Order: sequence, then C-alpha cells, then structure tokens
Amino acid sequence: MPEPTRKRVTDIGPPHYEQFLPPAIKENYGKWLYHEFVKPGVLMHVSESGAKLFTVRAGGSRLMSIQKIRMICDLADKYCGGYLRFTSRHNIEFMFTDPTQIDPLIADLAKIGHPVGGTGRSITSIVHTQGWVHCHSAATDASGIVKSVMDGVIEHFTHSDLPAKCRIALACCLNMCGAVHCSDIAILGIHRRPPKIDHANLKKTCEIPNVSASCPTAAIRPGTVDGMPSVVVEEDRCMFCANCYTVCPSMKLNDPLNDGVSIWVGGKVSNARHEPMFSKLAIPYLPNNPPRWPEVTDAIINIINVWKGHARKNERLGEWIERIGWPRFFQMTGIQFEKLHIDDFKHAGLTFKRSAHLMF
Amino acid sequence: MADKLPPTPKLDELEKGPWPSFVSEIKMAAKSSLASQDLLGLLERSYNEKIGHWKHGGIVGVLGYGGGVIGRYCDLPAEFPNVSHFHTVRVNQPAGWYYKTDALRKICDIWEKRGSGLTNMHGSTGDIILLGTRTDELEPIFAELTAIGFDLGGSGSDVRTPSCCLGKSRCEWACYDTMALTHDLTQSFQDELHRPAFPYKFKFKMSGCPNDCVASVARADISIIGTWRDNIRVNQDAVLEYTKNGLNIQKEVIAFCPGKCMEWDGKQLDIDNSTCRRCMHCINVMPKALRPGKDTGATVLIGSKAPIIEGALLSSVLIPFWKPVAPYTDLKDLMGRIWEIWCEEGKNRERIGEFIQRMGMGNFLETIGVEPIPEMVAHPRENPYVFYEEYLVEDDEEEGQDKN
Ligand code: SF4
Ligand code: SF4
Ligand code: SF4
Ligand code: SF4
Repeated sequence: MPEPTRKRVTDIGPPHYEQFLPPAIKENYGKWLYHEFVKPGVLMHVSESGAKLFTVRAGGSRLMSIQKIRMICDLADKYCGGYLRFTSRHNIEFMFTDPTQIDPLIADLAKIGHPVGGTGRSITSIVHTQGWVHCHSAATDASGIVKSVMDGVIEHFTHSDLPAKCRIALACCLNMCGAVHCSDIAILGIHRRPPKIDHANLKKTCEIPNVSASCPTAAIRPGTVDGMPSVVVEEDRCMFCANCYTVCPSMKLNDPLNDGVSIWVGGKVSNARHEPMFSKLAIPYLPNNPPRWPEVTDAIINIINVWKGHARKNERLGEWIERIGWPRFFQMTGIQFEKLHIDDFKHAGLTFKRSAHLMF
Repeated sequence: MADKLPPTPKLDELEKGPWPSFVSEIKMAAKSSLASQDLLGLLERSYNEKIGHWKHGGIVGVLGYGGGVIGRYCDLPAEFPNVSHFHTVRVNQPAGWYYKTDALRKICDIWEKRGSGLTNMHGSTGDIILLGTRTDELEPIFAELTAIGFDLGGSGSDVRTPSCCLGKSRCEWACYDTMALTHDLTQSFQDELHRPAFPYKFKFKMSGCPNDCVASVARADISIIGTWRDNIRVNQDAVLEYTKNGLNIQKEVIAFCPGKCMEWDGKQLDIDNSTCRRCMHCINVMPKALRPGKDTGATVLIGSKAPIIEGALLSSVLIPFWKPVAPYTDLKDLMGRIWEIWCEEGKNRERIGEFIQRMGMGNFLETIGVEPIPEMVAHPRENPYVFYEEYLVEDDEEEGQDKN
C-alpha cells in the first residue's frame, strides 16, 4: 500500500467550547446570580460581580442556507465581537454587554427576516424533523407545516402573553427523530395504510426473517406470493408503525391517499410543578394539505386559544387539562372524542378512568 | 444560475408570512448550488403529489468511521440528477452551541464548495447538519473539517453526539458544569461514537437543573439532570420585593408547589426543604429571591426513548444524586458495565430502556452492580407475580437453594 502523503486526522472530537465563549461569559462562568426579561426576546443576566449580559433571541428556521449563516455572522461581528450561539430549538442568540445595542440589532434582524422573541410565557421555535426535504419515511412534510403554524402563532412568539410556555414539536413519522412525545403540542406524521409489498424485489433487497421479526404486533409472516418467496401481512394487526419499512425498502408505507397528521397535547419535560408527562392524542387524523396545511394550523390555534382563555397563570397545557379533566378539554375545544382516542396497545388499561372522580 | 430556478408555485406560498421561510433559504442556496435547485423542483413535486421522493440510505461514510454520514438517494435521479445523491453529514457541535463567526464561516466555505449549501442549525440530536452532498465529496469534506478542528458526530448504532444546555455559562440555576461534562464524555467516547458496535443508538443529554431544557428525560438513554441536596437559598427581602411588584405568592407559587412545603405569612416565606421535590417552580417564578442550594450535583436517569419499537419511555432514576467531578471515572466505569451487558444480551434495535424492561430492572441493576433503592421507583410493585429467586428444601434448612 502506498504511504499516505498526510497523516489522516480522526477522532479529534468537537472543538473545545471555551474558545467560542464571549469574554463576558468566560469572565462570569458559574457566577450568574439571576436574570430578568427586559422585553420579549431579550434577557438580562446579572453576575455576582454586578456585570450584566444582554441576550437577544431571534427565531430561526431549522433549514438554513450558508448565505443566511453568513448574514447572521455579519450581525454577530457587528454587535457581539464575533460570538453567537444557537439554542436547542433553532433560535439564534446574540449576547453583549451594551444595552443600547439591543434595538439596533433587533432592527437589523428584522431586515433579514428574523423576528425576536421566544422567551418567557411564549411559543418558541418548533423543533422538527426532515420531512419531504430529506427523509424516506416521512408521512408529511416538516418544514412546511412548521412555517405555516409559526406564521399563525407568531404573536405568541413576539409576545410573552400565554399562561405558561408552550413547546410545539413535529415529527414526520413514528420514528420521531427528536422525540416529540413530551411536548405541549406535538404534530405527528402518520401512515394509515398497511405496507404495499414489492414482492418482486423483496427477496433481493431484504432478509425475510428480519422483516417478519421487525413487526411489533407479529403481523408479518414469511409466505410465497405468485411463486416468489416474500412476506404476507395480516392487515388488521398493522398499526402503521413502519418498522418493517425501516428494515426493508420493499415494505413501503408512504401513501399519498392515506398519510396525514395527528395532534397530541399536554406533554412536558420540565420537572417544574408537575412531573414530566407524555403528550396525549387530541386529533387522530388531519389530512396532508400542502402547501399550508390549514386544518393543522387551525386546530393548533384553536387549542392554544382555548388554553389561553381558561388556564391559570403558570399552567402548562397539560397541567390545565389535568385540572379541568379531559371531557372538558374535548368539550371546550370542540374536538370530537372517538374510539381511536382510547388506547388499545400494551398496558392500555392504565389509561382508563379507574375511579368515580368525575366533573359534571 | 439564479434564473434557472424551477417554477414552484406551491412552495412560493411558504415564502409569505412573518416567520423565517425555509423556502427562501433553499432559494438562496440555489443561487450557487445545482443540488439546491433540484431540491426545489423535487420538493415542489412532493407538495403536488403528497409523498416524499427519497430512498433508504445506503451505507456511505468516511474511511474508518461507521457513523456520521446518512446516505440519501433520490428516487427520481433522471429528472433531478443533482440530488441523485444527497447525503447528510453530521458535524459534532461544540458543547452549548456557542461559536465564533470565523469558525462558522469556515464551515460555510467548505459546504459551499462541496455540498448543497443547506444546513440544519442544528439537528435533533444536537449536531450541525450539512444537508446534501455526493459520495465522492465525503472524504474531502472530512479532511477539510478536521483541518479546521471539527469532527463528525454519531449515527447508527453508536453513542450519538452528546448535547447539553448552556449550564453555568449563562444560567444561574446550573447545578453542575454541563458543558464540561458533555465535552469530556464526547472526547472520551470517540471510539464508541464513530464506530457503531451497539445493539442500537445510545444518547447522552445533560441538563443543568430540573427544568431540563434539553429534554433529556424524554430523549436520552442517559439523562443527567442537575439538582441539589441542601436547602433552597432564600433572600426574604427580594421575596417581599416580588410581592410588592404584584406577585401573588399564594396563587402563583404556593398553589403549584408539588411538595406542599411552602408557607407565606405576608412577610416571611418558609420552605420545608425535607419535602421539597426540587421541581424548580418557585425558583423559576422568583429568580431574584430564590436559588438552588449549594450542595449541588445531578440525578442520573436511564432509558428514555421515542415509541419505536415497544412504546415510548421516560428515563427513570439510576443514581439519585451524583457529584460530577472530572474526569468522571465513576460514571464512565458504570457506562462500561452497562454497555457490556447490553452488547452481550441486547437484541438488534433494542434501546437500553427496552432492554431493561425485558430483563427486569432488578436483574439489570444486579448485573451492573448498582444497589436497588426506593428512589428508583414511583412505588413498589403492585402485582404479586414475583420471581422469587431462592427457596428452602426439606433437608437443607440452613441455606437457601438457588433455583438456577
Ligand atoms: S421522523 Fe421519521 S420521517 Fe421524519 S426524519 Fe425522522 S425518520 Fe424521517
Ligand atoms: S407497519 Fe408496523 S405493524 Fe404494520 S406490518 Fe409493518 S411493522 Fe408490522
Ligand atoms: S436546564 Fe436548568 S440550568 Fe440548564 S439552561 Fe435550563 S434552566 Fe438553566
Ligand atoms: S422547588 Fe418545587 S417542590 Fe421545592 S419548594 Fe419550590 S415549588 Fe415546592
């Protein structure tokens, strides 16, 4: 083998974060005393030393071009000495010590189309997955719904006007890259038709035992179809999880006629007040209606408005529902309760109402 | 190239409205990228047909690594040749997602030359996502990334890129140094991160306090959540100040306290710390008056995951209180023991949480050498089907007989 000309560098890991910390952060690392909301999207952190740090939080789309990143870098150079950070929810944060810079920065951000907000009792950017932009599994698009929903609820991003914070997340299939299942509102792409099996190619592309083993409900068994070794699916056992499709491309679940979106509510991850909770099914199916998914946007705005109108201050959506009860949630939101709302998978009984504690 | 953008009447609708538009982002990238041009056309087609046009990823990557690149191919390569390959490169983010602009610009330059010019800042796991390139660009991208000090993140059945909240860098509530721990674990587990050898993925997420800003309890196989053991620090003057400024302590704080451990007589706030659940609510509402205690550390929880395959799980307590002290040898040793049994007995695509459910938490704890303690359960078992492990036989009253 020829000698490599340059030693190949591997396993260096990420750069050390310290070189990227703004000086004011480095100096006050671990010394922060408290913070205040200056106005929506603007935080002030105060250190034991008395130093003050201002943070301006701008909403971002998760899908970003290098051209936009460069514009954002220009602003960070202009206002923040070349430092910036991103949040876990695709927001961009600019930090500096001079409060007179806040408004000029916000004006410059507006020029490149980025609103400021997402702090306090607000809706912040929606975390989401790839959708039709990049994934084979997607039952819906991600970026398009997110954009439409955020356009519809933007007043709650730019104002801190809700009972509590509201975390919205979207996953375009049950794989839930990014795990949306503990969100105040989760938008979930769903398939509703059993796999369409490509019998001619299945044997070539997949291991038949693996395909049958992949099914959590044992709906798949080996079988011969048209003289070809393949698999057969017992359709009424299928719960459309797409596990089989993940292990075998010849088990296609995607189907434009039946794919769509379900809406889940009342989850949270924070320990504040109530323990972390899973989101629960509110709406079993809404159609894929690109480009703006009006049914999905309307449903979400409705839920937010009802919650906003009735919850006590500090009550997250799920905490409010727990206080008023699910029957009243369905009644107040006008969402129809139906058979599909009742769990029928493992441990379903734990979700039944097992007492006479009812409100009338 | 700009004048060659395909017509996209559906997508154009998504350039309207106040929220930043991903369509505008793709169009911006399309000015200098044929791949982004084709992506626009392909996506418009998906919007018309209500179906995606991507195939399963094939195995692509860089030499010596088993993860870090997600292979992606379009199912209409003849019509959209510039996205026939559209692989994703995961780049391990610096802890806390802080950057200097010169570092970001260098990444942009590499991606302008060798990819679509589209990114996700950031992906769900935390990596910088470089979205869309060709197989033959992967090695050059990797070489250029390492030359500017960046490396690939995890994908597949390996340690996924650990991520954390910004912790002590800007949050007064951080009970341990999340960024230091995250960076250390990432560096220590480079081999596990780059060379998949597990039954399935394994995620670490570090949150500095029980507010859990990175959702570790729902999304990480190991969730490390900051907490404290001593008393909440109270500044009574500042409490009074809040009430003077209109805070209704009874309604907004005490009524929500899950420990029912607070009392307010109009002058003095009393907290019975022995039944405080470290939930953070009162501190969140009065950040100037209340602070976590001084004896800080973290709760280590294990096993959360999304529904696939056997149903969603939240993480559950493994170590109620852990003092994170660099180089964190105790935690790393424990990880070694966990991975050993999981690699040996875990099924393909079985997350650690599902594995624990299958083998039983009690058995799992025994194998990894951790004592069972009541903090690990919400309550003891309700069901009487107990797998007792020993029984006495008539002629051997002295000792128990192991039924195995
Ligand atoms: S949630 Fe499903 S469809 Fe969406 S990116 Fe993840 S695997 Fe793909
Ligand atoms: S989609 Fe899920 S339930 Fe249906 S056949 Fe495939 S693996 Fe089984
Ligand atoms: S998890 Fe706690 S310490 Fe970390 S950023 Fe959130 S509030 Fe601060
Ligand atoms: S942290 Fe939570 S449980 Fe403890 S006193 Fe405050 S509100 Fe009550």
